[in-house]
Amino acid sequence: MIFNVIKKARNIEMLGTAMKKRYLLLALLVLSATSLFVGVSRISPIDLLNIHSEETQIFLISRLPRLVAILLAGAGMSIAGLIMQQLSRNKFVSPTTAGTLDATRLGILVAMLLFANATTMQKMLVALVFALAGTFLFMQILDRIKFKDAIFIPLVGLMFGNILSSVTTFFAYKADVIQNMSAWLQGDFSAVMKGRYELLYISIPILIIAYFYANRFTVAGMGEDFSKNLGLAYKRIVNIGLILVALITVTVVLTVGMIPFLGLIIPNIVSIFKGDHLQKTLPHTALLGAIFLLICDILGRLIIYPYEISISLMVGVIGSGIFLYLLFRRKAYA
Amino acid sequence: MIEVKSLSKFYGKKAVVEDISVTIQPRKITSFIGPNGAGKSTLLSMVSRLLDADTGDVLMDQTDVRKMKSNEFAKRVSILKQSNYMNVRLTIRELVSFGRFPYSKGRLTEEDERIVDQSLEYMGLTDMQDQFLDELSGGQRQRAFIAMVIAQDTEYILLDEPLNNLDMKHSVQIMKILRRLVDELGKTVVIVLHDINFASVYSDWIVAMKDGRVVKDGPTEQIIQSDALKEIYDMDIPIQQMGGCRICVYFNS
Repeated sequence: MIFNVIKKARNIEMLGTAMKKRYLLLALLVLSATSLFVGVSRISPIDLLNIHSEETQIFLISRLPRLVAILLAGAGMSIAGLIMQQLSRNKFVSPTTAGTLDATRLGILVAMLLFANATTMQKMLVALVFALAGTFLFMQILDRIKFKDAIFIPLVGLMFGNILSSVTTFFAYKADVIQNMSAWLQGDFSAVMKGRYELLYISIPILIIAYFYANRFTVAGMGEDFSKNLGLAYKRIVNIGLILVALITVTVVLTVGMIPFLGLIIPNIVSIFKGDHLQKTLPHTALLGAIFLLICDILGRLIIYPYEISISLMVGVIGSGIFLYLLFRRKAYA
Repeated sequence: MIEVKSLSKFYGKKAVVEDISVTIQPRKITSFIGPNGAGKSTLLSMVSRLLDADTGDVLMDQTDVRKMKSNEFAKRVSILKQSNYMNVRLTIRELVSFGRFPYSKGRLTEEDERIVDQSLEYMGLTDMQDQFLDELSGGQRQRAFIAMVIAQDTEYILLDEPLNNLDMKHSVQIMKILRRLVDELGKTVVIVLHDINFASVYSDWIVAMKDGRVVKDGPTEQIIQSDALKEIYDMDIPIQQMGGCRICVYFNS
């Protein structure tokens, strides 16, 4: 009994140490290097010395963009989740559990139906409008619900998302674009190539803005009265936060597809060890999100080599396991 | 000095606060007392700008509070509502540091750090400043929030039922701290209280409310009288003088 307690304490301590920024950075570097050299075509670092070799071309057209996409999507979705959890004051709210992802998908469908050959920019704008509207609608619902149970709220969000999703499926079916739409449903990095992922770079300035607003988000996370007491324009900060979340979600869904659970588990893990002071936890959350997604991607590429398991399946399986663990553990710390 | 002038607040057609005018004296503890639903918290929320009044004005040193910038207002008036932000994992020090937010927007200067240190010291929280709020007892947490308000360094400190969910020991501790804030640091404290004996023992001035109106407004010893209490609570409450305190024995009346 006592032995177990000590062992548990040591485990937690070790995890806490592993959460230090420099270890996370180290892990990220090692995994990134691994990711670059895992794949169907064998590429060794020496091949890269020859700029015109086929290996170098693959490296530049496929491997490097893939890595960048994973890093940006991982960091972006985790930060989006973190901001949503802080602003909704609920640990189980994320783009997956608040309908943001489903609203985005509906937006993409509308863009495809309205503009026959929608450019990425058009899709992005329409999807952004929908993602924003969906998220704001969810926040409005949240405002009106008196029963603010930690588990109840995300359930409402999931139902809301499912309604949006069925609307999407209905119209996609009518317009005969179901197959096209399911491509947006499944997150997949194998299609990421030079020229197809650059939209994701938008998340870099967004992450910087998020960091700049970190303190304000933390204060807003303490509630409207608390924020007003400190002279903070609560509504404006919440709106800015939700716009950032919608922007990140839209760019990720448009380039990679839906990645469930990421925005849910990563911020929660970081919160257990580092607390909820965003200025301190944002870097860790971004790093851990990128690391987690990299691990899932590398595993997905290796398990049925030379084929690939899509990232949304990998994250879904591993992520839901961790999510369940968090649910059970929650009583212990909350 | 805060002057409340014919303030009203309606929810639908029902007046929660109706035509209230009171003056809050500087460097005193003023308690708002009265039965449930008397409008005490609503009044406090309007004074602190958390709620907009439907009619009437709140003047702070002759300035309409609605005309003040939120940041400037936050440097002069702080308000703590019944706190239940327990799912936020911040350390005590992080929370107290947010008291400096109106001054530094989160980028703490050396001066800010010094004030945070002092506030923690004042509330006896220095040794536990790195503990997370969700790991504290109710009394410790309430002390942490008050430390934040001290760091906010406002002339006026408004508290909505600060003794809620606290046991006797911690309630006394909090009230003594509020007394010191007034006596030692020259703050003006306004509290909504449920326990009439805490109001009697610790406050200088009492505003008694009922059905959205002020029924009594005066120095503590004038309000803690059987006939005045009868008017406020509809109860015959005998008053006992004990150790220099006027105690209301309402348990069997």
